[in-house]
Amino acid sequence: MAIKNLPREECYLPGSAACPGCPATMALRITFKALGKNTMMIVPACCTAVIESLHPHTSFDIPTMNIAFEAAAAGASGVEAGLRMQGKTDTTVVAWAGDGGTYDIGIQALSGALERGTNFIYICYNNEIYSNTGIQRSGATPYGAWTTTTVGGKTEFRKEMGEIIQAHHIPYAAQTCIAYPEDMYKKLVKAKGIKGPKYIEIMAPCPPGWRFSMEKTVEMGTMAVETGAWALYEVENDKVTFNGKSKLILEKKIERKPIEDWIKHQGRFRHLFKPKKDVKRIKTIEDHIDLIWERYRKRHL
Amino acid sequence: MKKYDVVTTISYPKKGAMGKTGTWRVFRPILDKVKCVKCLRCWIYCPEATVIRNKDDTVDIDYEYCKGCGICANVCKVKAITMEREGKKK
Amino acid sequence: MSVMIDTGNYIAAKAAVMARPAVVPAYPITPQTTLVEGIANYVKTGEFKGEYICVESEHSAMAACIGASATGVRTFTGTSSHGLLLMHEMLHWAALARLPIVMCNINRVVGPGWNIWTDENDSISQRDTGWIQFYCSSNQEIFDTVIQSFKLAEHEKVQLPVMISYNAFILSHTSMPVYVPDQKDVDNFIPKRIPKWKLDVDNPITFGNIILPAAYEKVRKDMQDSQEYAKKLIPEISKEWKKQFGRHHGDLLELYKCEDAGYILLSMGAIGAESKVSIDNLRKEGIKIGLARVRCFRPFPREEVLKLGKQADLIVIDRNISVGMEGAVFTEVKAALYNNSDAKAYGFIAGLGGKDVTFGDIEKMCKKVVNGKAKQLEWFGFEGV
Repeated sequence: MAIKNLPREECYLPGSAACPGCPATMALRITFKALGKNTMMIVPACCTAVIESLHPHTSFDIPTMNIAFEAAAAGASGVEAGLRMQGKTDTTVVAWAGDGGTYDIGIQALSGALERGTNFIYICYNNEIYSNTGIQRSGATPYGAWTTTTVGGKTEFRKEMGEIIQAHHIPYAAQTCIAYPEDMYKKLVKAKGIKGPKYIEIMAPCPPGWRFSMEKTVEMGTMAVETGAWALYEVENDKVTFNGKSKLILEKKIERKPIEDWIKHQGRFRHLFKPKKDVKRIKTIEDHIDLIWERYRKRHL
Repeated sequence: MKKYDVVTTISYPKKGAMGKTGTWRVFRPILDKVKCVKCLRCWIYCPEATVIRNKDDTVDIDYEYCKGCGICANVCKVKAITMEREGKKK
Repeated sequence: MSVMIDTGNYIAAKAAVMARPAVVPAYPITPQTTLVEGIANYVKTGEFKGEYICVESEHSAMAACIGASATGVRTFTGTSSHGLLLMHEMLHWAALARLPIVMCNINRVVGPGWNIWTDENDSISQRDTGWIQFYCSSNQEIFDTVIQSFKLAEHEKVQLPVMISYNAFILSHTSMPVYVPDQKDVDNFIPKRIPKWKLDVDNPITFGNIILPAAYEKVRKDMQDSQEYAKKLIPEISKEWKKQFGRHHGDLLELYKCEDAGYILLSMGAIGAESKVSIDNLRKEGIKIGLARVRCFRPFPREEVLKLGKQADLIVIDRNISVGMEGAVFTEVKAALYNNSDAKAYGFIAGLGGKDVTFGDIEKMCKKVVNGKAKQLEWFGFEGV
């Protein structure tokens, strides 16, 4: 799928409250293109609640319902049932949440909705922090990263949400990244065509949250994948397929790039380089990524 | 667009819901149409949907709302977009 | 019409199913469990044709109610105590979203100490969520109030959720005969919901995005205006119900022998029913006393209570406590009287933790006031009452 084949239709309207260089709006544009106008979105507290812009106007041209932080998936179960009882089964119901609303406060409702088989797509745009509240640590924040609540760098590794989702054995789950719009589009279209609960997580590098300059959002996404800090894959009925560069890394057809190539561009890791290089902690990150890929290889090769 | 007669927080779609966000810009993307190869990377990656895709796949920039992030210039493989400081004399 | 002899929870389940909600998301909690089991059984028998969503928490139950209701359909759920408390955030959400969800709450004590008996502290602590709140005193009233509540909640000038509370075990698990109307009569009484707003792909609104102070204040003001309107509408609905089905449980208040009373007792729920026996006994002793059972706590019947205060001194029994102040109904009663009445008001806290409150106990409390021995606020069973 070439870029030129992606639909022209836009349901994201320019002039929103999003920061310049925002990965969430990038992802929203692709999502709307893939799912089309017959879509409804449930949004918990997250940046997107701000991006919608100020009442009485909205920057989204599809029906959108805001709901409490921990309630996106449960709200979506209600919306889906309400529509189904009216015979409106062709509408795609989407819960659209950040990593805080997914990994942390919303995980119970998400797990519940996946278990009870709600016919919806849960999309987590993951910027690895609570960015809307001003950059606090989440369960998705990587080891070593500065946030306003991990001032010396996070001392724990991030949660493996992908594995948690896979433990629900839903018909479709995928990981994608804003730097790969065709991959994202393809996965969204596939999810739309499958009945039951679907989960898609989108890596979304956040310029103010990660402390990199705003023109580098795509680059940061590409490097997340090329260094193996993030993997592109999809899971269809428990069958895991790696995609793009991640497939090549899995099969060892290419080396993943050193993690330094990614983190040295991000102010959130600056304390690992200045005043002097923290070789030990950088190695800890590197070793952890190796460990994850070895696990991937053991299970999926 | 049907307006609902109920007093709660209901909002209606509008381009420029936060006003003319082009005023946020510090750097302005300048497009060289001669260099452009219509790859549409700038269009698909633009976070603000302000790279306008024309029928023939040439592009234009919606300066009214472009926030000047510079992603378009950064993803352009043929360097057809450059970022220039706003207010600079040509 | 038929007669059904069953517990409060099964009666509530019957009423809920006859209201034909499209979606019922629910999570079990003692002593509400038999209510949701009742609905689950109606799914099996085919009597309930809506979607019963087994959610993983009460928070999600209310979130799913909100989601479903936002698509324009009728929704119902039930909970109790800690479940209601877990829903708290979403109760505000439902009311601010102006979604006419109807919910039964079985009044149960809040822990710790785990205690499944009845008091009203669970629902009283939801006072300011914007929900209309009814308290029932019999299984018949539970049935009738559930049906009436859909009409009230969905009225174009109300558009607020309604909570129907009734006492754990005293009503939830006690069988009583209940008249059940024919389905077609229920259908006539509460026709299909006409939503005032909904999620609709042909009209892509955003609900609940960022709102500035002045616009937000309007939303709050409109909720207040709607609760005030509900005060007028509740008696109309009660009247229409009586006309059609012959039963009347009162309006916002249920008045019993108040006409010539020099003392009027106010209480809620099952104590309200028990109080009728006490009133009869006290009258036999020559005390001119009446009962005003508070059927509707929100909106609070401020004007009716003031009217009572112009003729009588008021005695309030609260099976709840706003710790640091007094019983919640007592506070409201005094507020209703303030500046406009010389009536004296006396408050009793009784039956917390599910402690029994018998008609004899109620008589003792009333007599203490009549004999001029009561302080303004007393705890029944303490200090020698």
